[in-house]
Amino acid sequence: MRFILKTSYDQDIRLAQHGGHVFWYAVLLLALLTAPWWMGEYGLAQLTFILIYGTVGLGLMLLSGYTGLFSLGHAAFLGVGAYTQGLLASQGWPFPASLALAAGLSAAVGVVVGLPALRVKGVYLGIATMAFGFIAEEVFARWESVTGGNAGLSVAQVQMFGWTADGSTPFYFVCLVVTVLCTLVVVNLLRSPTGRAFVAIRDSEISAQSMGIHLARYKTLSFATSAALAGIGGALYAHQIRFLSPEQFNIIQSIDLLLMVVIGGLGSVHGAFLGAIFLIGLPQAIAAVKDWLPDAIGQAPGLKAVVYGAVLIAFVLFEPLGLYGRWLKVRTWFQMFPFYRKGMFKRQKAFTRSDRLR
Amino acid sequence: MRGDALLSARNLQVRFGGVLAVNGVGFDVRPGEVFTLIGPNGAGKTTVFNLISRIYTPTAGTLQYDGQDLLAVAPHRIAGMGIARTFQNIELFEHATVLQNLLIGRHIHRRSSVWSEMVFAPAVRQAERDTRAKVEEVIDFLDLQHFRDTMVAGLPYGVRKVVELARALATGPKLLLLDEPSSGLNVEETGDMAFWIRDIVDDLGITVLMVEHDMSLVSRVSDRVLAMNQGEVLALGTPAEVQSHPGVVEAYLGTADDVSSLRRPS
Repeated sequence: MRFILKTSYDQDIRLAQHGGHVFWYAVLLLALLTAPWWMGEYGLAQLTFILIYGTVGLGLMLLSGYTGLFSLGHAAFLGVGAYTQGLLASQGWPFPASLALAAGLSAAVGVVVGLPALRVKGVYLGIATMAFGFIAEEVFARWESVTGGNAGLSVAQVQMFGWTADGSTPFYFVCLVVTVLCTLVVVNLLRSPTGRAFVAIRDSEISAQSMGIHLARYKTLSFATSAALAGIGGALYAHQIRFLSPEQFNIIQSIDLLLMVVIGGLGSVHGAFLGAIFLIGLPQAIAAVKDWLPDAIGQAPGLKAVVYGAVLIAFVLFEPLGLYGRWLKVRTWFQMFPFYRKGMFKRQKAFTRSDRLR
Repeated sequence: MRGDALLSARNLQVRFGGVLAVNGVGFDVRPGEVFTLIGPNGAGKTTVFNLISRIYTPTAGTLQYDGQDLLAVAPHRIAGMGIARTFQNIELFEHATVLQNLLIGRHIHRRSSVWSEMVFAPAVRQAERDTRAKVEEVIDFLDLQHFRDTMVAGLPYGVRKVVELARALATGPKLLLLDEPSSGLNVEETGDMAFWIRDIVDDLGITVLMVEHDMSLVSRVSDRVLAMNQGEVLALGTPAEVQSHPGVVEAYLGTADDVSSLRRPS
């Protein structure tokens, strides 16, 4: 078990809390930096997808996991970012500029979509954002002069200042840099007053307000930041897929994204990436075991959807904290061996809260 | 009177549909005193609190705080004016640690912009250190050192009450509103609470306005007591005066006639 002697406030402020963090994150970064040389072409493509979805997941995590606002229309922000990037790249904009504009445009749309969030919450916000998702998908399909409609839009390669990311390895590094920067921004926000205000709104709006937190301002900010991250993810997605069509940004994609953060573990940055690994990895796992199953199951058309649904139900029932929560338990088990108790992570039922004030 | 009062309410009236929750209530809270609202359930005490923290808007009446019209202020600006509150049924941020809860209490003192926080600029780092130092003062004051890194969701009720008090203190208030600080506490914890409330007033110079049912706590800490019943003021004075006021006795215990009607006919 690790005992940390705290002698300075900086120990709680800095990113790596102890030597273990420094070591393991360095190993992770090294593994990611060398991935093109030890991973095959196919593996690298999957890893790129994990980075892209991880970035989008970060955004949704900020909104759902930290501010407590659920969005069933996040694929639309992904789409706004992707189409913006696709169009600007074909105009010859350098990548950083078009990425910034994709993020900005998504954020602007996020602010508009966030407006209902100031009035409704829970399931009703879910419905409102889902409706927005449908509208956005329809716009992508109908606005043919810009998006190419259902015929689709092909996207050029990443290029900036005379350099072109031709091939999967250079693009992988572009994704890695963007993802690491996005993660740092989110982690920085979360350890500063803004992130704490988000958490306050999630846990008790009434008391957040009496602590002087301007609810409307921070909810809007959360929506904008979340949408911007989804837009950045969308921009990378556009370059990875190289071909955009409206059905890539439909309700199923939105549900996949929400599924990703719930399974990853709401309320943790790690959860966004664990969820992305799960989301990208599960189809591979299904494909791998498919041949071992009897044909009636293995070749059934809706197999993937059924497995996704079953896994989601299992997580909600048995591990509401998601993959990251499970990891915390495993880690605690090892740290405390042999003193781990079963009820250690059980929470007391929340005390009755004042409903009168809502 | 108005000149030296920190908070003065005049003719407050709140109507929820056909119910007059508060009717014609007026009082002055002087700086540096403990002013307590008492009354049976449904008397409108918490409603008065919610008026001051601007969760409700009165249908009539005025509220002045420190020479300003409180009713012209948005709810999220109340904390910035130096009014902090606790809630009857604890409203802490459950899935955050005690330390984070108290840091959120310092929200009104934030100086950094969102952009500088995104890159965690040196100024943000320094601001975080200063915030932490302020929070540690409150932790020391209320003896919360042991619970600093504990999730609120895992804390016993008595400690949560203290954490909520700590969070209110962390905002650096001039006026502290305590909604039933002793509800759900055992005798020993209530004793501690009384001790802290006196310390808050005497050492930190914070004015306290509280709602409380425990009469022994009320008489131990209060300078003045306002008794309410059914939305109206019954009596105002020192704890002893109010406790012996015939109207207050009647509101709590009923009249002699009520008692005789309960007797078995002989």
